[in-house]
Amino acid sequence: MLAERDVKLRYKQTLVGAAWVVFQPLVAAGIFSLIFNKVAGLPGPKGVPYFVFSYASFLAWNLFSSTLTKASSVLVQNSQLISKIYFPRLILPLSVVVSSILDFAIGAGLLIGMLWYCRICPGWEIGLCPIWLSGLLLLGIGLGLFLGSFMVFYRDVQYVVPFLIQVLTYISPVGFTVSSIEHLPNTLQLLFWLNPISALLDAARSSVLNTPGPDPLKLALSATTTVGVFFLGMVWFRQLERRFADVI
Amino acid sequence: MSSNSSAIVTSNLTKYYSIGTTACKRSSAAEAIADWIKNPLRHNTTGTFCALSDLSCEISSGSIVGILGRNGAGKSTLLKILSRITEPSHGIAELYGRVGSLLEVGTGFHPELTGRENIFLNGTILGMSRTDIKRQFDEIVEFAGVEKFLDTPVKRYSSGMYVRLAFSVAAHLESEILLIDEILAVGDAEFQKKCLGRMKSVATSGRTILFVSHNMQSIAALCDKSMLLDGGRLSYYGDVKSGIDKYLQSYCPQNNVDLAQPESRRGSGEYRLAYMSPVRQMFGGADLKEFEFRIDRRHGTAGQMFMQSYIYNSAGVIVCQCDSRLTGFWIGDTQRIEGKFSFRTPWLKPGTYRMDVVISNAFSLIDDCQGAAVFDVSPGIPYGFTAGDDSLEYGIVFSDFQWSQCGPLSTAREGYHGAMPGEPARIGIGNGRHV
Repeated sequence: MLAERDVKLRYKQTLVGAAWVVFQPLVAAGIFSLIFNKVAGLPGPKGVPYFVFSYASFLAWNLFSSTLTKASSVLVQNSQLISKIYFPRLILPLSVVVSSILDFAIGAGLLIGMLWYCRICPGWEIGLCPIWLSGLLLLGIGLGLFLGSFMVFYRDVQYVVPFLIQVLTYISPVGFTVSSIEHLPNTLQLLFWLNPISALLDAARSSVLNTPGPDPLKLALSATTTVGVFFLGMVWFRQLERRFADVI
Repeated sequence: MSSNSSAIVTSNLTKYYSIGTTACKRSSAAEAIADWIKNPLRHNTTGTFCALSDLSCEISSGSIVGILGRNGAGKSTLLKILSRITEPSHGIAELYGRVGSLLEVGTGFHPELTGRENIFLNGTILGMSRTDIKRQFDEIVEFAGVEKFLDTPVKRYSSGMYVRLAFSVAAHLESEILLIDEILAVGDAEFQKKCLGRMKSVATSGRTILFVSHNMQSIAALCDKSMLLDGGRLSYYGDVKSGIDKYLQSYCPQNNVDLAQPESRRGSGEYRLAYMSPVRQMFGGADLKEFEFRIDRRHGTAGQMFMQSYIYNSAGVIVCQCDSRLTGFWIGDTQRIEGKFSFRTPWLKPGTYRMDVVISNAFSLIDDCQGAAVFDVSPGIPYGFTAGDDSLEYGIVFSDFQWSQCGPLSTAREGYHGAMPGEPARIGIGNGRHV
């Protein structure tokens, strides 16, 4: 119900309404291909236009980042509800997932069109794509729960989240391929792969674009980290939730 | 559930709140970390305020309990704990049955959504299922009287419509236990009556209601039990009539906590009201109501001071405010000030009244004494004739009025109702005339 409210409210009193959902990733993909491909000269994956590649990346990335942004701020935004009505508090951060998925679905529709136009046919790996996407979603919720419950106590977090996302946008392979970092020293590569977003994001987009994905070891590491983050976020949230109404 | 089982059992419920003095309040993480580095062992040095202490009671199912108490007695805290919004610091509350709470009208309403959407949204948040809402939808809409505006965003509603719709949704909650905080104070008299009626019918269906109100009339009309809270403690639980009496008595001079404990009152405290008493306990409605008071100096000086008194009726409505600045009365610095306060109008309706007294100077509040005096107005009416009860039903005071018939009107000629010179122009259609 709350999710329905979010979705309905999103584009009330806007001119072009839902078009924003498509517009945003298109512009982002355009800028990414301009900067990373044209300016920096990074090569895209073979047989895939750089624009399609960065659009697919950005869709998956946006699933993570918009979930994180909304899940972390939803508690403070609904402080009125929290201090006046009882309901399981977890509903609030979970409700934002729906609108993230909806945005993603609309964007994915456009991606299918692009793939068809460029005659790219995904292989059997596309069957695993939902798993990688849910991984990104879990990671977003887990971090969101953690930061969101912290924000109830200290509003500093609201300045931290956009910054964090900005940093993550550059250190995760959103606008470039993972092969572009192969010439880096090993320690830096290790750090790169320790970021659970890297493997999940790469796996998700390569399953769609039919390009070689990350090796299973890296994926396993990411999956473990993701589940760990989600679990910790959940425990942390449950711990702090009792005090929400008193301090919010 | 049989009618004599318990609906709510609480044992030793206690709730502390930490009061942040500005020096200790930390709302940013950096400050909190800095504090922690400076003194890692100190956990929390802010003072604590005990909102509720050791409250144990048992409420049998099917009873309607009115919760009475002054501001800050812990009424709202109790409801917050029972509705699971906040956790008690100690103690346990056991609730048997689903709990619905209505602590504030209209929380969860979203201004951009239409009335219809808000009914579903708010109903769900309050704990109704979708099918429940669908089944009761027409009833909810009819109760609120907003049929025509169902598909209008509620941000365009009048505030009355908004509140009516919000209350209506909550009134159709079907939980076994209903917690209500001071909400009948909304809407016009007619809607309030409708709400009381609704509450009554809910109550007769065997559900348990906890009801906080400052309105003694509605408590008396609705509840069969009352609970009196005082400074976070349960001071009485039982029959509704004696609960109300006890509550009103707590404002009497001899057991008035506020008057006896000047240190606990708000204000800077250079001077404190030490005595305030009506010259007799009972006044007639149209009598001159006279009071005697004494103010003692505690410390320091305060310069020129003025006094205000607020007269409350038993429903908790401020009937009038009497500010000494308006009559040119000021008091200067002396050791002790004695004086009289009196008023003749308004004619008061029969009942018990309470008076708060505030002393201030130009810069700050010096003393705020709640319930400085309590007095009764005798039954009987100050008019020359009697009529049925319907002739006295409305209004919060009696007025000294006159109806008469006379010759041709002196101020307005027949057939001309336009604005008189010097009168503000009327807003309407057609050259300022009422059409």
